[in-house]
Amino acid sequence: MPRFSNMRTPLAKVRGLGSAHEGTEHFWRQRLTAVSNLFLTTFFVGVLLSLQAGTYADVIATLSHPVVAILLIGMMISVTLHMRIGMQVIIEDYVHDDGLRVVAIGANTFFAAIIAIASVFALLKIAFGA
Amino acid sequence: MVQLTLPKNSKMVEGKVWPKPAGATKLKEFRIYRWDPEDASNPRIDTYFVDMDDCGPMVLDGLIWIKNKVDPTLAFRRSCREGICGSCSMNIDGMNTLACTKGMDEVKGAVKIYPLPHMAVIKDLVPDLTTFYAQHRSIEPWLHTSTPAPETEWKQSREDREKLDGLYECILCACCTTSCPSYWWNGDRYLGPATLLQAYRWLIDSRDEATGERLDNLEDPFRLYRCHTIMNCAQTCPKGLNPAKAIAEIKKMMVERRF
Repeated sequence: MPRFSNMRTPLAKVRGLGSAHEGTEHFWRQRLTAVSNLFLTTFFVGVLLSLQAGTYADVIATLSHPVVAILLIGMMISVTLHMRIGMQVIIEDYVHDDGLRVVAIGANTFFAAIIAIASVFALLKIAFGA
Repeated sequence: MVQLTLPKNSKMVEGKVWPKPAGATKLKEFRIYRWDPEDASNPRIDTYFVDMDDCGPMVLDGLIWIKNKVDPTLAFRRSCREGICGSCSMNIDGMNTLACTKGMDEVKGAVKIYPLPHMAVIKDLVPDLTTFYAQHRSIEPWLHTSTPAPETEWKQSREDREKLDGLYECILCACCTTSCPSYWWNGDRYLGPATLLQAYRWLIDSRDEATGERLDNLEDPFRLYRCHTIMNCAQTCPKGLNPAKAIAEIKKMMVERRF
C-alpha cells in the first residue's frame, strides 16, 4: 500500500508527516560504539588468546578479575547497542511495510536487550563465584 | 519488502533490429530501451545503426539522428545539448550521465541506453521526475531571511561565495539520485543526493537566515539518514560534483549543533 493516496499533491506526499527531528542521536551513538567496540573487542580477543592453553580454573580466575570483568561487561553492552542500531538501519532500509517495520524494530530492541542481559548475567555469575 | 526482480510486465524482451543505413561505411550500433504506455506489451530493446559520417560525435547526436532519420517514435528529453540543462540524463553504457556530453567514441561496442534507473517510465527514455522535483521543492531552495531586505543586494564576502563552488553547478539532472541504491529502496521518503546537495547549498549560504529551520526539516531517519555513503552519486555526477560530501557536511552540522 502506498503511504498516501494518489489524490494528494507530490509536495504533500514528499512532506508526509513532517520531519521526525531525530536520527542524529542514532548516528552519533553508532559512531561512539564503533570506537568503543574497536578497543573492547580487541581486549576480548586478547583475553581469549591468553586463555587458549588455560584450565577451567584459569578461565574462572581471569574472568573474575575486576578489570577484566568490567571491560568485558563494557564490551557486551557496547556490542549489543551497536548491533541493535545497525540492525535497525537495515530494517529501515529494507522493510517497507509500515506495520511490519515497527514490529521488526521493536523485536530487534528486545533481542539485543536479551542478549545483553544474559551475557552480563553470565559474566557476573562467574565473577562473583557461581 | 524489497523487490529483487522486475515484475512480469516490466521484463525486457528483444525488440526490432532496424536496417543499416544504405552506403554508410562507419556504423555505430545503438541498443535502446523502448516502452510505450499505449500498448500492453513489455519493454523491448531495439537495435539501430547510426551513420557516424552523417552525425555529430555525442550520444545525443546519435539519438537525434535516429529520431530524424530512422524512427520518429523514439522518445527522449533534450534541450541545450551542452550539459547545462540536465534534460538528456539517461543510463548510457551502464552509467547515468548526460547524452549530450557523452562521446560515442567513449563507448566500446554497442551504445546501450536505458532510462534513469528505478523511476517510473513515461515512455522510452523519459522517466517520471515528479517526486524528484517535489523533493527539491520541499527543501525550499531559495534565500530565507527575516531581516528587512537591504536597499541594494544582500552582501557576501568572496570567501563565503567560494563555499558555494561545487554546489551551485548542480543542474538537477537526477543522475546521482537515480544511481543511489538507498533512493531506489526508499525514494518516497529519502530525499536523495541531488536534493540534499541543494539543501547544503542553502545551509552554507552566508546570506541565509534559516539555517536552523533547514536543519530541523532535514533531521529525520529517512529524509537525511538513509545516506550510507555508497558514493554512487559522486561517481556518476556528469558535472563532477560530490553530493556524498555535501551530505556528510550536513550530518556534521547536525552533530555540531548538539555540542
